[in-house]
Amino acid sequence: MDRNPQKSFQDMILALHDFWSAHGCLILQPYDMRMGAGTFHTATTLRALGPEPWNAAFVQPCRRPTDGRYGENPNRLQHYYQYQVILKPSPPDIQDLYLESLRVIGIDPLKHDIRFVEDDWESPTLGAWGLGWEVWCDGMEVTQFTYFQQMGGFDCKPVAGELTYGLERLAMYIQGVDNVYDLDFNGKGVTYGDVFLENEKQMSKWNFEVAETDALFDLFNKAEAECKNALSANVPIAAYEQAVEASHIFNLLQARGVISVQERASYMGRVRDLARGSCEAHMEKEAPVWAEKYPEWSK
Amino acid sequence: MSDFLLELRSEEIPARMQAGARAELEKLFRREMDAAGVECGEITVWSTPRRLALIARGLPVATEAVSEELKGPPVGAPYQALDGFCRKAGVEKGDLETRDVKGRATYFAVKNIPGRATKDLLAEAIPAIIRDFSWPKSMRWGAASISTESLRWVRPLSGIVALLGDDVVECEVHGVTSGSVTLGHRFHHSGDITIGNADDYAMKLRAGHVIVDHEERQDLIRGGAAKVASEAGLKLVEDEGLVIENAGLTEWPVPLLGRFEEDFLEVPPETIQLTARVNQKYFVCEDEAGELANAFICTANIEAEDGGARVVDGNRKVLAARLSDARFFWDVDRKKTLAEHAKGLERITFHEKLGTVADKVNRVVKLARWLVEEGVIKGADPDMAEQAARLAKADLVTEMVGEFPELQGLMGGYYARAEGLPDAVADAIRDHYKPVGQGDEVPTAPVTVAVSLADKLDTLTSFFGIDERPTGSKDPFALRRAAIGIIQLALENLLPLDILLSATKSHMDRDFAVKELRASQDNKGRLIEQVIDELGHEAAMGLLKGWAPSLRNANPKKEIADAVFRDLERALLVAAPVRDFVLERFEVLQRGEGIPVDLVRASKSIGEHGIEANVVRLRARVKALQSFMDTEDGANLLAGYKRAANILKKEDWHGAEGEIARTGEEDPLALVDDPDMKAVIDAKMNERHAKELSYEPEPAEKALMDALAKSEPAAARALEAEDFSGAMAALASLRAPIDRFFDEVTVNADEENKRAHRLDLLAAFRAAVHKVADFSRIEG
Repeated sequence: MDRNPQKSFQDMILALHDFWSAHGCLILQPYDMRMGAGTFHTATTLRALGPEPWNAAFVQPCRRPTDGRYGENPNRLQHYYQYQVILKPSPPDIQDLYLESLRVIGIDPLKHDIRFVEDDWESPTLGAWGLGWEVWCDGMEVTQFTYFQQMGGFDCKPVAGELTYGLERLAMYIQGVDNVYDLDFNGKGVTYGDVFLENEKQMSKWNFEVAETDALFDLFNKAEAECKNALSANVPIAAYEQAVEASHIFNLLQARGVISVQERASYMGRVRDLARGSCEAHMEKEAPVWAEKYPEWSK
Repeated sequence: MSDFLLELRSEEIPARMQAGARAELEKLFRREMDAAGVECGEITVWSTPRRLALIARGLPVATEAVSEELKGPPVGAPYQALDGFCRKAGVEKGDLETRDVKGRATYFAVKNIPGRATKDLLAEAIPAIIRDFSWPKSMRWGAASISTESLRWVRPLSGIVALLGDDVVECEVHGVTSGSVTLGHRFHHSGDITIGNADDYAMKLRAGHVIVDHEERQDLIRGGAAKVASEAGLKLVEDEGLVIENAGLTEWPVPLLGRFEEDFLEVPPETIQLTARVNQKYFVCEDEAGELANAFICTANIEAEDGGARVVDGNRKVLAARLSDARFFWDVDRKKTLAEHAKGLERITFHEKLGTVADKVNRVVKLARWLVEEGVIKGADPDMAEQAARLAKADLVTEMVGEFPELQGLMGGYYARAEGLPDAVADAIRDHYKPVGQGDEVPTAPVTVAVSLADKLDTLTSFFGIDERPTGSKDPFALRRAAIGIIQLALENLLPLDILLSATKSHMDRDFAVKELRASQDNKGRLIEQVIDELGHEAAMGLLKGWAPSLRNANPKKEIADAVFRDLERALLVAAPVRDFVLERFEVLQRGEGIPVDLVRASKSIGEHGIEANVVRLRARVKALQSFMDTEDGANLLAGYKRAANILKKEDWHGAEGEIARTGEEDPLALVDDPDMKAVIDAKMNERHAKELSYEPEPAEKALMDALAKSEPAAARALEAEDFSGAMAALASLRAPIDRFFDEVTVNADEENKRAHRLDLLAAFRAAVHKVADFSRIEG
C-alpha cells in the first residue's frame, strides 16, 4: 500500500513502523498508562536493563499537564505523541539507520540541514542518564538521540540506543504547517484539531483548574503504598506501574499549583525512590537467569 | 624522515569539547613519543565534529641503537656478587666482558639496545593514546559494552587512519582497526576515501566536502557571515564564541542570512540576541544606525541544492516560534509592576538556612540605605537606594528571566523604565550584579554602587554566618567573586568602606546604626568603632566583655543596650572572617598586578593588633611602602629594623607594655578602661620613666631618642592625614640614627639600667615602625 507521510500524520507513523519493522524491531503498542515520556514504557526502562538483545519501536502518548494551553498555542500540548525506538545493543550503524528513517518520511538531508547537537539526557527520577544529541532539522529539534549509560542506578550492559521522535513537530515540519491543529491527520482532510482540539481544551481546564487536589494527594499516597506492597510481594513490574502512576499524579499536582518549591524536591525524591526500587527489584529478580544465559554478563 | 597522520573518527563530538580534545591529543602523542625516544618536530592538530586529526612532520624511520655499559665486580669477587650483578643487568655470565680498571680485571656487562622502527612504536602508542584519552564526559556503546571494561570515548569511535609516510601503521583498539580509509561529509559524499599520506589528507577530505582545519572553517564562518550581512546592507554583530561553536558543528559551513518579522523588534534587543544565540546558535545583525536588525545568520552544514532557501525558511520558523515566546513573556511581565512581581520572591528559597529571596532583599534594602546614610557612598539619594534595592531582584520571578536567567538585572532595568521609575533606580536594578569577575565594568553611579555593594556584602556575611565558606576549588555560592566585586567597587569609587564595620552592620539583626549607638551613648560608645578600626576583632571582643556591664549600668534603657551588644558580638564573630577573606582576595588581586605579597601583608597590619580593613587606604599604604622599599633608606631601615627585632626577640624583651600583657589580659584598652587596673598601669609607667634618666646617654643613643621623638609624631600626623608617603618619609629620618646607634652603642651593657633603657629604645623604635607598617612581614 502506498504511504504518503508528507501529507498524512498517520502515514508518517506507519512509514516509521514499516521502516523499523524491516530493520528487525518489534512493533509494540503504547503502554496503557498515563506517562510523561516514552522512556517510561517498560519496553524502554526495564528492557534497557540486563544483557538480552532488544529491538522495539512504538508510539507512546505523553502527558505533560503543565504544558497544556487550552488549545490556544500552536505548538504546545498537554497530550502528544512520541515515537520511540530502542536498540540494544546499540548497532554500529545506528546513526545511518536513523538518517535513513528521516528520508523515508520525506526529509532529504541535501535539502535540509541535519545536525547532531550535543544534548545529554538525565532522569533523576529513573536514576538514569545517557549521552547523545538532539537532532536538528533546519534548526528545529526533531529527535532526542541517547546512548543509555545507566538505568535505575545500574550500568547498562550492554548500552542501548534510544531514539525519540517528536511526531507532531516532525509532521508540522514535513507538512509545512505552522499550527499543530492544522496537521492533516489522514491525508484526506481530517485535521489534528478535529481529533484533539476539544481534548486539549477540556483537559487543560481539568489539569489546571478542576482536578480535585485532595483526591490527587490521596492517589499519590495510595500509589506509593501500592508500589511498596508490590515490591514486598516481589512483583517488580507491578511495582513499576505504580511508580509511573505516582509520577503522573505528581505532575498533575504540579499543574494545580499546590506543591510548593520546598515540597517539590521531597515529592520528586519519593517518586525516584519508587522508580529506582522497582528497577532494582526487577534486576534482582532477573539477574540469576541473565547471568546463567550470558556468562560474560554481571550485574 | 616521514610524516605521520593519525585520524580518529567518531560520531559527533560536542563542539565545546573539541579545543580541549585537540590539546589532549597533542599532549598524549608527545608523551608517547618522548617515552619511546622519538624526536618530534612540528605537530598539527585539527578537529571537525566527526574526527580528530594529528600530523607529525619529519619523524625518523627508526630510533637509534643505544649501547649501554654496566660496570660489575672485579674478577675473583665472590660468586654471589657476580650472580647478583648478572641478574640486575639481565645478562648471562658468559656474555660478560673483562676490562682493566686501575690495574684490576673487572667484569663489564655490555647491552646493545637495538633501534626500533618508528612504525612499530606508533603501533603501540596509538592504542595507549586512545585508552588514556581524557574527555569531560565519556561513554560506552555497542555489543562490547556488555562489560563495563569496554572502551570509553566521547561518542562511539568508528575508525582510525594511521599512516607513516605511505604505509599503514597497523594497530587495533577494542575492535577498531587502523587503515587508510576514512569517510567524507555525511551527506555530500558517499563511499570511502582512501588517504595516501599526511600530505594528501586535507586535500582528499576537501574533495569529500570536509574542511578538516577548524581554523579554516572558523575563517569561513567569520568571513561568510560578514559577507551575507553586508550583501543585505547590514553589519554583522561579531561573536567569536558563536564562530567557534558553529565551526565545531559543521564540516562544510555555509552561513545563510534570513529575516524575521519586523514586529518582533519591539522586545528588548538583548532578548532577541540571546534567543538567537543560545537556543539557535545564530548571529544577529545591526543596521546602519547600530540598531538590531530583523535578520539572523545561521550556519548550515550543507551546500543545499536550492541555495539554502528551504533551510533558511525552516530556521526562520523556529526562530519565529522562539521570538513569539519572548514577546509573550515581555507582554505578560509588563502587566505587573516590579513591586508586584517582588511579592513572588517570598516563594523562592535563597538558601534553606537563609530564608527566601524576599528575606535577602529586606536585608539588602537596610544595608544599602545605611551605606548611603553613613557616608560610605556619597551622592546617592537614600530613598532611591532603598527603592532600587527593594526591586532589584523582582525580575527573577518574571517569565522572561525564568526562560533566560542570563537576563537577570537587565530585564528588571527594562521593566523599571517601562513603568516610569527614575533612571537612577532603573540603572541600579540593571547593573547591580556588576562587576561579575575581573574585567567586567565596575558601576560608578552612586545608587547602583549602593545596591551592588549591599547585595555582595549581604551574600558574603550571610554565607559566612552559616559556615558556608569556599574551600579549595569549591565555591558554590561564588563568594570569591562577591569579595572581588566589593574590592573593585571600593577601589574604583574610592569608597571609605571599612569591611569589618560594614560586614558587622550587615550581619546585625537590629536596626541600630553604629552611628546612632555612638550618638546615644557617652563617648565610650565611640570606642566600638575605634576598637574595631584599630585593634581588630579579638581586641574588640575583649573590650565588649569588659565594657558591657559598665555601659548597662550607665544606660537607662539597659535591656536595649544589652541586646545591642549581644547582637554586635554575634555579628563581629562573622564579620572578622569576612574581612580576612576579602583582604586575602585583595592580596591575590595585588599579586596579579605584580605587587609582592609581603608588602601587602606588611601594610595590612598596623600597630600591635590593628588590621587595615579599608581597601582604598590599604592600596595607598601598599603603594607608599613599595616606593619606600625601592629607596636606599627603605632597604637600610629594614635591615636596622630586623636587627632591632632580633635583639629584642633574643632578649625576650617586652618592656613596660609587655609586663602588662603578661597579666593574662589580651587587650590593653580593656585594662585602661578598668578602674582596678589603673594603679598597676600607673606604677609601671612611673617605673619606666624613672629609668630613662638614670644615666647620661651616649651621643648616638641620644640622637636616636631625639629622632624618635620627632619622627613618631610626624608619622602619626601623616597617618592621620592618610599621607602614607609622608609617614614613610618620617620613618626614613630614623635610618641614619638607627645605623649609627648600632655602630656606636653597646646594647647589652654591663649596667642593667643602661641595658634596659637601650632595649626599651629599640622597642620604641620597633613600635614606631609598626605604626606605619609591620616590617617583620617584609622579606629580604
